[in-house]
Amino acid sequence: MAALINVPAKAKRGDIIEIRALTSHIMETGFRHTVDGALVPRDIITSFTCRYNATEIFRADLFPAIAANPYLSFFTIAKESGKLEFEWIGDNGYSSSASASITVE
Amino acid sequence: MTTRPVTRRNAVLGITAAAATLARPSVLRAQSAGRVVVVGGGFGGAACARALKHADAKLQVTLIEPNKLFTSCPFSNEVIAGLRDIEAQQFGYDKLAAEDITVLIQAATRIDPQERNIATSDGAKLIYDRLVLSPGIDFHFEALPGYDDTASEKMPHAWKAGAQTLLLRRQLEAMADGGTVAIAIPANPSRCPPAPYERASLIAHYLKTEKPRSKVLILDAKDNFSQQRLFEKAWKELYGDMIERVALSQGGRVTSVDASAKTIVTEFGNYTPDVANIIPPQRAGRIAEIAGAADATGWCPIDPVTFESKLAPNIHVIGDACLGGGIPKSAAAASAQGKACAAAIVNLLAGRAPQAPRLTGVCYNTVAPGYGFSLAGNYQPKGDIFAEVEGGATSPLDALPELRAREAAKAERWFQTITADTFG
Repeated sequence: MAALINVPAKAKRGDIIEIRALTSHIMETGFRHTVDGALVPRDIITSFTCRYNATEIFRADLFPAIAANPYLSFFTIAKESGKLEFEWIGDNGYSSSASASITVE
Repeated sequence: MTTRPVTRRNAVLGITAAAATLARPSVLRAQSAGRVVVVGGGFGGAACARALKHADAKLQVTLIEPNKLFTSCPFSNEVIAGLRDIEAQQFGYDKLAAEDITVLIQAATRIDPQERNIATSDGAKLIYDRLVLSPGIDFHFEALPGYDDTASEKMPHAWKAGAQTLLLRRQLEAMADGGTVAIAIPANPSRCPPAPYERASLIAHYLKTEKPRSKVLILDAKDNFSQQRLFEKAWKELYGDMIERVALSQGGRVTSVDASAKTIVTEFGNYTPDVANIIPPQRAGRIAEIAGAADATGWCPIDPVTFESKLAPNIHVIGDACLGGGIPKSAAAASAQGKACAAAIVNLLAGRAPQAPRLTGVCYNTVAPGYGFSLAGNYQPKGDIFAEVEGGATSPLDALPELRAREAAKAERWFQTITADTFG
């Protein structure tokens, strides 16, 4: 499943807007064992970034205690029309991205 | 026994009871008034009232229930799907009255736990030694902006059986072929966790039969649910891709509704289905809060051995309203709790130590006529809640149609048995 993004399609200049981003990921902690006693290797997303017209507006570091399918919600000010880009980076070379457009009037 | 505050009054009572246990319990029992009031005449309350009377015919047992007729939620999904008449869901209290249980068709309005009295809507006041609350659920409307009783006339919940069940049925009948029926499902704890999925199945059965171009869309605040693999296998077998489910991690949690625009808003999108069945978040029935028995979660913490509230002395809470831990909020569980609570109360009134109950709950799901499966579990007190213990069973994932048909027939018999057991 692709990531889910919720960005208002339209906003007035200066509005505070909520942005939501959710991506599917098992977020395996690295602390669990199989029934045979073997450690299940850690496999988590470690970093999330959001850029608004190429300027970073939000970044989060993620840790093993964060549940599967991490869901982040944050706020920013609608300054100009353009594109919001989202990027997730994690263990084992994991990387995924998504984007959404906003029209600011 | 519980964390109830020790007042001078109940400290003295405790001493009396303890002394009586050591000396002559039968004397105390003969002298005790033994007045028990049960609020709520559903599967929990009615079973409890009857069990009290059966255990000790000298007890004065009163059942307070606002409705003359009880309408059962179990099997009401079949009414929604047009497979059953609502009359088959309805039961009265004549048998209970004939067993010398005082049945008051009234709403309980106020409870004074210190004075041990309860008031009803007609202004009467009853004194009790032990009070049992079995009020079921109320809806937690604040948790779902845009949804309330008025909105439920357009977007029915049908999560308390009766007029709402019939409203959802009429909306399905009125819908044109090719329409979408959305079912919004809340997070747990909620009444009868697998029932929304049974409903989706039976609505799909109706649509497949009568309106085959239509769809069922499940918007779910959960990722996983009870008997999920059995349901998903049955959906594929019976209904192909007619049922679509958007789980929590796919953005399925409903955050608000707009009844006038018939719009459902989730964390990641809007939906405007033709029929919207909104099952809202829930909490214990209002009287539990009035009694001071509900905590910040909206549910009632109990001592699982006696079902006595951890917040209000001499008040026992059973059924959907209590925080049962591993035991699901189902009719079978409520009935088992009602009987176990009755046994505990009889012991407490006689000054005997209550026995830790072992409860059995069974839950049948019918996903099409002649296609059923089940989940049975055993539960015992563990700390502040019930924990599931060994002996439970779920229907096998791979089974011949004969087994599914047998389980569907067993579900019918289960309903006849539990309703006869509860209402006579």
